[in-house]
Amino acid sequence: MIANYGYKDGSGEYYISIDTDKCIQCPVGRACLTACPKSMFETMTDDYDDEVVWIKPAFRRSLAYDCAGCKPASGRKALPCVSACTPGAVQHSW
Amino acid sequence: MSVVAELVPTAQAGDAKPEFWRWEESCWADEAVDWRSAKTIAVGIDVGSVSSQCVVTADGKLYAYSSMRTGNNSPDSARNAFNGVHQKTGLTLNDVHFVVGTGYGRVNVPFSHKAITEIACHARGANYMGGNKVRTILDMGGQDCKAIHCDDKGKVTNFLMNDKCAAGTGRGMEVISDLMQIPIAELGSRSFDVDQEPEAVSSVCVVFAKSEALALLKGGYTKNKVIAAYCQAMAERVVSLLERIGVEEGFFITGGIAKNAGVVKRIEKILGIQAMRTEIDSQIAGALGAALFGHTLVQKQGPAQPVAVAG
Repeated sequence: MIANYGYKDGSGEYYISIDTDKCIQCPVGRACLTACPKSMFETMTDDYDDEVVWIKPAFRRSLAYDCAGCKPASGRKALPCVSACTPGAVQHSW
Repeated sequence: MSVVAELVPTAQAGDAKPEFWRWEESCWADEAVDWRSAKTIAVGIDVGSVSSQCVVTADGKLYAYSSMRTGNNSPDSARNAFNGVHQKTGLTLNDVHFVVGTGYGRVNVPFSHKAITEIACHARGANYMGGNKVRTILDMGGQDCKAIHCDDKGKVTNFLMNDKCAAGTGRGMEVISDLMQIPIAELGSRSFDVDQEPEAVSSVCVVFAKSEALALLKGGYTKNKVIAAYCQAMAERVVSLLERIGVEEGFFITGGIAKNAGVVKRIEKILGIQAMRTEIDSQIAGALGAALFGHTLVQKQGPAQPVAVAG
């Protein structure tokens, strides 16, 4: 399942996609949890009883601001969450 | 099976100001079915931001439902929705084998055994209502909008939700209904009563759309033309969401806005795809999916004990 967390508003589309099929059998011990400087990721049991990672609800309406510190404009070359997720389950839409 | 719901009278006595946005509450039960002879009774309660539904399935088939307005707290709204069905059928919580709560107030349904997200429930409900060919679901709820892909069993494969702004939601339509002073149920048909299809108003914000609609009225637009411009804006808004996850054949629309032909037909026109039709109320899809999950859980693990409810 592809789970898209985020929103679209007048300034653009801001979604973090998590491919839960890749996330379920994470070979890197859910490295995204610690890679995100804002600790936006957490594990949960989804509706189909699989343990996966999602974006904490408190961050879902403010991703444009919360992720700004990790974007290239802030001097980073790669997004920490995307780099940490070697199975390629995490993607940003912007 | 005829699915024509009985409308619940709306208390308007003494109301000085008509509320055009008020949609009708409804209750329905399949009178050809006696729930007492069913082996498994499951209930789904969908407490949404604007409406709350209770659906009862008897042996995995839709038996009864109620669709009521959400009040100022989720537990009372859930009780009110169940009471609608209780009054229609005589069913009590002691007769129910499993209750699943869903929707934005799902964790506050006082008598539920499990909470499941509305995304999974809408997919499951749409699969029941539209059949196993349903692949893309658009749920236009009261204060959010969801685009969902599912497989032939109604299991979610991809989803996206927008609950940050009211554009493209039922609440936006209610605002326009009140502004135009036209009952919400008439907006869809009136939006087609125009000489020429107008440009859409702002699709990014209901507040902008409202002020733009006022400016259009002052500029000489008829009310119907303004409604058409708003319906077009809403259609464009939700289509842009749908396009993020892609639209596959087997397109199904759930939620209250599915009853608004002015929006639905414009969405179909933009996408070039006809939405699947059902005679079941589109607003109950989430609660229906919840009840079906409950039915499956009873088959897997047996009936649950009724949850004691205080008050």
